[in-house]
Amino acid sequence: MSKTKRKGNGVGQLLIPLIAILLLVVFNLIRDPSFFSIGTTVNNAGTTVLSGNLISIINGASELAILAMGMTLVTAACGGQDISVGAGAAIAGSVFVRVLKSGSSITGLTVLLAFLACCVVSMLFSSFNGTLVAVFGIQPMIATLILYTCGRSIAYWINGGATPTVSSGIISSIGSFIPNVPIPTPIFIVVIMAILLNLAFRFTNLSLYTQSVGINQAASRLNGINPTFIKMLSFIILGICVSVAGTIGVCRLSLINHETLLLDVEMDAILAVAIGGNSLGGGRFRISGSVLGAYIIQMLTTTLYAMKVPSTDVKAYKAVVIILLVVMGSPVVKKKVSGLIARRRAGSAGSEGKEAA
Amino acid sequence: MQQNDTVLSMRGICKEFPGVKALQNVDFTLRRGEIHALMGENGAGKSTLIKVLTGVYTKDKGSITMEGTEGEADIRSPQDAQNIGISTVYQEITLCPNLTVAENMFIGRDPGLISHKKEYERRSEEMLRSLNIPARARQELSSCSLAVQQMVAIARAVDMNCKVLILDEPTSSLDDKEVQMLFSLMRDLKSRGVGIIFVTHFLEQVYEVCDRITVLRNGELVGEYPIEELPQVQLVAKMMGKELDELEDMETFGQKPVPQDETVYEAEDLSSTASRPFRFSIRRGEVNGFTGLLGSGRSESVRAIFGADHVTGGNVKVKGKSVRIQKPIDAMKNGIGYLPEDRKRDGIIADLSVRENIILALQVMRGFFRPMSRSEADKFADEYIAALNIKTASKDTPVGSLSGGNQQKVILARWLLTHPDYLILDEPTRGIDVGTKLEIQKLVLKLAQEDVSITFISSEVEEMLRTCSRLIVMRDRRIVGELKDDELTQANVMKTIAGGDGQ
Repeated sequence: MSKTKRKGNGVGQLLIPLIAILLLVVFNLIRDPSFFSIGTTVNNAGTTVLSGNLISIINGASELAILAMGMTLVTAACGGQDISVGAGAAIAGSVFVRVLKSGSSITGLTVLLAFLACCVVSMLFSSFNGTLVAVFGIQPMIATLILYTCGRSIAYWINGGATPTVSSGIISSIGSFIPNVPIPTPIFIVVIMAILLNLAFRFTNLSLYTQSVGINQAASRLNGINPTFIKMLSFIILGICVSVAGTIGVCRLSLINHETLLLDVEMDAILAVAIGGNSLGGGRFRISGSVLGAYIIQMLTTTLYAMKVPSTDVKAYKAVVIILLVVMGSPVVKKKVSGLIARRRAGSAGSEGKEAA
Repeated sequence: MQQNDTVLSMRGICKEFPGVKALQNVDFTLRRGEIHALMGENGAGKSTLIKVLTGVYTKDKGSITMEGTEGEADIRSPQDAQNIGISTVYQEITLCPNLTVAENMFIGRDPGLISHKKEYERRSEEMLRSLNIPARARQELSSCSLAVQQMVAIARAVDMNCKVLILDEPTSSLDDKEVQMLFSLMRDLKSRGVGIIFVTHFLEQVYEVCDRITVLRNGELVGEYPIEELPQVQLVAKMMGKELDELEDMETFGQKPVPQDETVYEAEDLSSTASRPFRFSIRRGEVNGFTGLLGSGRSESVRAIFGADHVTGGNVKVKGKSVRIQKPIDAMKNGIGYLPEDRKRDGIIADLSVRENIILALQVMRGFFRPMSRSEADKFADEYIAALNIKTASKDTPVGSLSGGNQQKVILARWLLTHPDYLILDEPTRGIDVGTKLEIQKLVLKLAQEDVSITFISSEVEEMLRTCSRLIVMRDRRIVGELKDDELTQANVMKTIAGGDGQ
């Protein structure tokens, strides 16, 4: 009994995102039965690769999914969101390209070095955010507003005002396909990030500490946890996510455009956290919910484009669906629904009891 | 007998939560112009009954009838309850502190948008005067004392023609004088025919103002008694469901434990941002207490020992070795545990499960990179839920949904699990029921016998006299005396606190 209950609780938070995915899938299948069919094409490099809407949804959501992972941790620990991840990714991408360009040729080693450099820079910027939040106690949205405002200017300086391009086989295998592998590489990167984060949860107390600090900072401190460190850590992990997302973004296009790279992604990332059933006020969290949220947002966008909605109108339609999702996930509706389910269950349990008697 | 006398009657009320039968077939009757105590231990169903009555919860079964309302009263929201004349004043003030008294009394009661400020102020002034409430209508509410704020909340309820007034733990943050003020207001309302439901943990207060007592236990009705037919000892026995002699056995307790010679902890000139320098030591297996009035610095002193506030100076030795305790983790690594005074603010992590709350301190001591396996955590949780008799639906239940006494036991379990040498308990029995109080006191003595040193702080001096072998008395953030053995009498403690020993 207790086991089934635990399971029930676990799915509880994911119920809304799962329903949302189901509805989107059914809607698309009715509209166009071949919407999710996966085909194969041969790309420029001569590799046979998978193609189709499903692949492009999962591939396209990669950066968002990675950012949503980090955003979930920051939200849980600090009870607020980082709105500078888009600008941060532009900086990270710029550093990545700048380091690559400084070498004479692009090799595996220089790409690795460039990525490490952009990782370090990202972590520095996110520690700046983290310091404002964890040490000075500034509201996360206000603290990250600074970098949100100036981040793309910093990226502009790093790029020297241009939009430099990097063309290399290695870059395109990160951004699109590795030769002879039919699945887009960003999908693998999401999987790797998810595994890494999972390992961190398994082999450290990151999850317990983060939730404790998010729920009750004073009590956490009195139990020997250092809330400043935990909040800082959440920002630094988000920093790593930002650098990975920025790198993917650059590699997709083989160029860095500091004005458009991952533009407005911060709002989608926050939305992914919320759709995933996580409280934006901090505390308990589920990374898997946020990742599902990211795929829902991407699926929604792809669906709208497939319906030939003009790109200028997409945002408005997206908003309508999002209102529905957020209301469905609101405490008021949840309570009503769970009340209904409980009543029905009690009713069926009662009749079962009678039958048994 | 006289049917007309009844203002409110609740019959066969049932309410079930997942896994818990909170109320089973409970009856409750309130007459005009009586003060009726609703008594029971934590988790007995008092709050649930009140919440059903005020529309916070909807009942599963049963009926509620109110005088002046045709047939069954259908209460589905606090607004419904208010409309038929049921008002509640909670322990925490739910008014707006930055509005004036008059505004607070009339806010939200006006159907239109235009407010009649002058008219309100006049009527408030009248009301305050007729109820003898020492406040002025145009005064900002936050400038009144807590007691007066509470009285304003009551005045607001009375002005809304309430027939049933529910006072939920109104006295827990008031001092004696304020309690008396509140009581005279309650008696005044009683003479005006208002029926008052009084929920409290203080037994003496029940006998001071109430006419009748309804006792609940485990969600069931034990009975309704006129006050003169139920002496205090029997009331306690009814609440706990225990026989009298069993209770007496608890009252006498065992021998106080004899401390050993080894000094477990000593501090010289220890000070923090919140406490003045003081000197303190405790021996192995000793139970001592800090006493003094609120604000005398007793909590601040023990917080300094644990490093809960920023430590500014002093030399500390643990088992004879000099150590630095700057923050809680330092104290924990030196075998010190601390149960904080404010359970909600500093103790529980409300949304986390009982299991996570129990293992938290031990987990933190083991370190960030050494998480406990799920099976080990389950084992610890099961062990302490059984050992301390924690009432919870399961170990996955969020601790915030437990009753106060059980939350306190979870925090106790958390520290016991770390097997501390020295355990500081700041007000472990505040706001919890008699049964759990005795359980905790017994546990303290048992731990001391197992060679744990304990500092036990309580606002109730009797409780400390019963458990402590040494009492440190504080006044104005200074230690002003130390009492032990034969000096440990209530009179002596009072004298030392007051400083009346001829200085």
